[in-house]
Amino acid sequence: MSNTYVLLTILGCSIVTWIPRIFPFLISKRVDFPDWFLRFLSYIPICILTALLFQSILEVQATGFPKVKTLEALSCIPTLLVAIRTKDLMKTVVVGIITIALLRIFLG
Amino acid sequence: MEKKEYLTFRDGINACIPTILGYLGIGIAAGVVGKNVGLSIVEIALMSILVYAGGAQFIICGMLAIHSPISAIVFTTFLVNLRHFLMSMSVASYFKNEPLITSIGIGTLLTDESYGVLMSALANDHRVSSAWTHGLNITAYLAWILSTVIGGLLGTWIPDPYLLGLDFALVAMFAGLFVLQVDAPIKKHTKETLIVLGTVCLSLYFFMGFFSPELSVLFATLLGCTVGVVNHHE
Repeated sequence: MSNTYVLLTILGCSIVTWIPRIFPFLISKRVDFPDWFLRFLSYIPICILTALLFQSILEVQATGFPKVKTLEALSCIPTLLVAIRTKDLMKTVVVGIITIALLRIFLG
Repeated sequence: MEKKEYLTFRDGINACIPTILGYLGIGIAAGVVGKNVGLSIVEIALMSILVYAGGAQFIICGMLAIHSPISAIVFTTFLVNLRHFLMSMSVASYFKNEPLITSIGIGTLLTDESYGVLMSALANDHRVSSAWTHGLNITAYLAWILSTVIGGLLGTWIPDPYLLGLDFALVAMFAGLFVLQVDAPIKKHTKETLIVLGTVCLSLYFFMGFFSPELSVLFATLLGCTVGVVNHHE
């Protein structure tokens, strides 16, 4: 693999990743968004986190709809319970890791 | 729950600890993959420093390995990371009155995880300072770079992060962030919130039958927000 090929790829990828990250910060200083748009934006956190969580327990298949990853989905149950009880990210992450490690040892 | 502060850089570093755990597992894996497709340590580090996007870095490595054209890799990366645009969009107005350079700094280091931690602080009506956000962002950034470099250095000599369950740290974090985010709306507007959550999950499942997971997340989010706006009433 040539160095220029890799470097140009990294450079190109960094630009197309950076611009969508900062562009909203640039325009928000100049433009006041209409109410309906602000409302739309207010749904982004809950929607994107739901999507990210659900996506991470799904497995893309070569054809057809995704499959649920059983061990990951099971581990989400105690993880979510701890999150609801404690509202503490660190405890949630630790319980999640321990649960999946145990499940993989005994069921995987 | 103990009272948490969201003001100093140091508090931001502390808020980042769960993220560090998640990045350690995935970052090491990303470094190992980079090494295996023939990248040097410098190239692995450079990719983490400049691109700084976990999922995309795996995809870039995969495409480099099969010698895809640069244009194809760049376009794919653009699509995969487009969800950052939505995230930035939803936090940008909060930092509206900060100096431009501060805003750019916050936007530059925004990831799924730092965004989630930031939004859960905001969702609970905490005053969040830019110093706190920088503390969170920069710690996550350094943890990511370091993890990928460790992965690249150790190559295949280290125990499989999968066996240690470290890859699940990010999933668990999404679960925690999800709960923090949904907690208030589900109590206040139970029906509307459930409709939005249902829309996102069902459409995500459907989209993943046709598109990449990243694009599916993007589409499902847009659809969920639309349903939320249409259904919304005071």
